[in-house]
Amino acid sequence: MSKLSSQLLASILVNAIYEMRAYPVILINTLISPLSFLILIFFVSHGDLLGVAILGGMIMTMFQSGMFLQADLSHLKNDFRLQEMVVASPTGPGTYVAGMAIAEIVYSSPALLVLVILFALFVPVTWFQATAIAIILLLMFLSSVSLGFALSTISSDIVQSFGFSRLITTLFSTLAPVYYPLTLIPEPFRVLAYLSPTTYTARLAQALAGFTVVPTEVMLMDAAVVISLSAIFLYIGLRKARWRER
Amino acid sequence: MVVNEVSCENLSKVYSNGKEALSDISFTIPTRGVFALIGRNGAGKTTLTRVMSTLLEPSSGRATIDGLDIMEDAAELRSRMAVVPQEGKVVPWMSPVQMITAYLLWRGEAHKDAMRKARDAVAMVGIEEHANRINRVLSGGMKRKALVAMVIASGADLIFLDEPSTGLDPISRRDLWGLLTDISKDRFLFMTTHYLEEAESIADRIGILDGGRLLALGSMEDLRASMGRRYVLKFPSGTALPPFEGEMMVGRDGMTQVMTTDEGSHELSKVLIDSGTWFSLNPVTLEDIFYRKVGRKIDADNGEARD
Repeated sequence: MSKLSSQLLASILVNAIYEMRAYPVILINTLISPLSFLILIFFVSHGDLLGVAILGGMIMTMFQSGMFLQADLSHLKNDFRLQEMVVASPTGPGTYVAGMAIAEIVYSSPALLVLVILFALFVPVTWFQATAIAIILLLMFLSSVSLGFALSTISSDIVQSFGFSRLITTLFSTLAPVYYPLTLIPEPFRVLAYLSPTTYTARLAQALAGFTVVPTEVMLMDAAVVISLSAIFLYIGLRKARWRER
Repeated sequence: MVVNEVSCENLSKVYSNGKEALSDISFTIPTRGVFALIGRNGAGKTTLTRVMSTLLEPSSGRATIDGLDIMEDAAELRSRMAVVPQEGKVVPWMSPVQMITAYLLWRGEAHKDAMRKARDAVAMVGIEEHANRINRVLSGGMKRKALVAMVIASGADLIFLDEPSTGLDPISRRDLWGLLTDISKDRFLFMTTHYLEEAESIADRIGILDGGRLLALGSMEDLRASMGRRYVLKFPSGTALPPFEGEMMVGRDGMTQVMTTDEGSHELSKVLIDSGTWFSLNPVTLEDIFYRKVGRKIDADNGEARD
């Protein structure tokens, strides 16, 4: 086992495995929000938007993982001073945050597992389309993790961090057109949806799965927006974060 | 390159809000045994510990540990040090063994080795019966011991503990002192405390900080010598005394306390014995030294919330 894999494993154990083992209710917790919205959309649309809602559940899960990272980094840093113990060790900031980000995926694995099974059963796509959607979801995760990392460097209050986390998750993954197509939003309000990074991811994923028709140039623009946002959030996080405080 | 030495030259720290936490700190001590920093709340103990343990940048000045600069050689130093911050806590959803294992993984150990070392360290601090219980249900003393086990397991030879015994009951505190004394036999322990008895009992060297300034540093003997008076006599007030070199104070308990030199204590003892007066004769304590250096008792309630 290399030094890097040991250091990544430490973050995964602390922020996911041990916590899930101590509190099994967490296994249901991460599952409940995406599945609740999925079931709601399924009933309201009489089953017509099931595929869109499954994609929405996946986007929400990936997005909220990044937001959990924000709250967890803040929690471990401010409440237990764990980050300081790690700073004064051979682990660097990149490895620490990468390990914590992977831990969030592990933490959300029950929800992802259920959604992947539903996707395989109810979203008829080719391997190529499935791979493209997986890449889009990973980009969404990267963007969300970068945003979470940037926010965690700003907030030093755990209550505020959890509040932020809930607020942004609700705004960007339930109110935004993630569980339903953008075209359902009346034109004057549609511009507001473009303020959410999840709008671009959802439109791309829905188009790739064949649920909506979007011109290629718009799809390319959406991909560029998601990549750019990830880069901007990551830059802010790296600029703001101080491994050794000033 | 000077090895086996911690050295600070004109170290200062001014926070972004303008508060000067450290002012022109300079000292040199060997990297062995226990070094305890004492001071009231807001004296600068935590700031100095954070600067020396590479957690916080100084505003000016320079510090080295075994010749390694805390700014330029931080990566090398971090591979040799283990730190438990002032408000460092065990993670409640983990057991002591899990917590130590994770910490050792962050230090780059293989999982199998980390597990083995974690179990050994937990046994060493005497909490093996609770090794696999989650930290949330452990007592305050056991949680502190788990953190000490963590630094023991790390194998680091530079250990920084910021107020390790705060909040512990007297028995747990004494247990901890035993552990810290054991650790310091083959490692350097840099700690802060506001328990003067703790510093006096386990520290090889003591630094007194107040208002961000280092007022004194040395072994207990050095500190006593710096006072020029090494003994304290206590006896009922009203006893006639010959002229002597030293200070005299009358307490509210009706007892007179005299701090004096070796010769003074010898002469006064003879007078008190001859007059049949009961008295006590003790070496000057750290509390006496602190009071005279700082001008206030360590628990005088006019410090600030955070160092």
